[in-house]
Amino acid sequence: MRISNQIAAMAIVVFARLITAVRGVWQGAEPTAGQCIYFANHASHGDFILIWTILPPPLRRVTRPVAGADYWLKSPVRRFIGCDVFNAVLIDRNRENRTSDPIEVMAEAFDGGSSLIVFPEGTRNETDAPLLPFKSGIYHLAKARPDARFVPVWIDNLNRVMPKGKFIPIPLICTVTFGPEIKLGDGESKEAFLDRAREALLALSKFSGAAHE
Amino acid sequence: MSETHAHLLTLLTGVAALLIAASVAGFILQQRLSPDGSNAVIENLNARIKAWWAMVVLLGIAFMGGRAGVVLLFALCSFAALREFATLTNARRADHWALAAAFFLVLPLQYYLIWVDWYGLYSIFIPVYAFLLMPIISALRGETDRYLIRIAEVQWALMICVFCVSHVPALLSLQIPGYEGRNVLLIAFLVVVVQMSDVLQYVWGKLLGRRKIAPLLSPSKTVEGFVGGVASATLIGAGLWWMTPFTVVQAGALALVISLMGFFGGLVMSAIKRDRGVKDWGHLIAGHGGFIDRLDSVIFSAPVFFHLVRYWWSLT
Repeated sequence: MRISNQIAAMAIVVFARLITAVRGVWQGAEPTAGQCIYFANHASHGDFILIWTILPPPLRRVTRPVAGADYWLKSPVRRFIGCDVFNAVLIDRNRENRTSDPIEVMAEAFDGGSSLIVFPEGTRNETDAPLLPFKSGIYHLAKARPDARFVPVWIDNLNRVMPKGKFIPIPLICTVTFGPEIKLGDGESKEAFLDRAREALLALSKFSGAAHE
Repeated sequence: MSETHAHLLTLLTGVAALLIAASVAGFILQQRLSPDGSNAVIENLNARIKAWWAMVVLLGIAFMGGRAGVVLLFALCSFAALREFATLTNARRADHWALAAAFFLVLPLQYYLIWVDWYGLYSIFIPVYAFLLMPIISALRGETDRYLIRIAEVQWALMICVFCVSHVPALLSLQIPGYEGRNVLLIAFLVVVVQMSDVLQYVWGKLLGRRKIAPLLSPSKTVEGFVGGVASATLIGAGLWWMTPFTVVQAGALALVISLMGFFGGLVMSAIKRDRGVKDWGHLIAGHGGFIDRLDSVIFSAPVFFHLVRYWWSLT
């Protein structure tokens, strides 16, 4: 990693800690576990930054967020943060005219030895529901790499720190809760796996601690 | 100035000796009763002692940094406390700008006023101007659901976490004849008495505690702990008269007021935690919960101590 990227990464981590005092809760998962695919609820553009902040540095170095190319290639600043600093795996979310298959792109990055951060809701959740229905991408990725371990990660409170359309963050304490891993079962159907993954993630929300509404 | 340093040094030596004794005791207890780290009370005790070291070192550094160091330290404490407090409130999207103003406008401005020593404004800035400004910002957003609760929470957060805490560094601006340049010792006096009162209430409670004093608010607080802690902290305060502008009796009386306010501050903050359904305010300080858990007694005693000293001893 280049020096400028490292400095930027460090500055972003320090800033994230200053604003959120983020705390990791390992609820049935261990931070020492090897390569895996973290799947998290998605309420803010800062979500993967919080996960990244909480991971111990050795894990952090091999963890890449999966993100929409349309958003992260839009401006030079986003490109710098997304591509250079966080080394994001960019996928084309536009079904009609995309040239690369997102599942293949993710599987390739996984084969390269990286852990991945994915947001199976596919888009930011701006509703009052705790979790949107999952898109099927996570199932197809599990099908493509059946040995991959999927670790649920619940991010709490970040949506209050930075609501949509606001550019000044409010300092509030956030938690990132990691749960026990799941794997695709033999012959498990798409619906069954997506339901199981969604339940595993929802089950973590009650461990996140903060007693806000 | 050199006398101030000598007094600070004496005090720091005493505190360090106390902490070394506590660390040794904690180590022996751990070796005997909890070699595998399974005894929660002893692990918690040792975590607390470690956090004490960190706090003493931080305060020491701030004192060496003079006025700037002290103001900055307590501004940061306010920030951390406000962050914890805001996390537990009902604030929602409509309050975004009110909260942003609380963090990035009101807090720095209050400490700037402390820094430039503008008593006439820093003593009313939050109770008057912020009090009126915050609900205006929230009202302009037009969201009326739980409006009174939301604005009251923001105001309370500011009063507790910023206004009250800022009265600790404000002690530096008092002008006491014959005590010039030594005000930092007033802060040391306040902090030592408050914290010793907390610790001794805990110790007396663990040793003799029988009758719970407020079972609904704080099951660990007992009548014996309260009486023993406040009485010993009063004696310690009286014994620290040499570093204050007070006589022995005056120092003891002020220490009594500080300890009582600190005790009731702890009760009030417990009530808020119960209301919000949490045990600790945060997790920033190992063994101590959050910043507010450590600051609650300082929060309640600082403004009262400040105004008592200002009224009877200060020229300004």
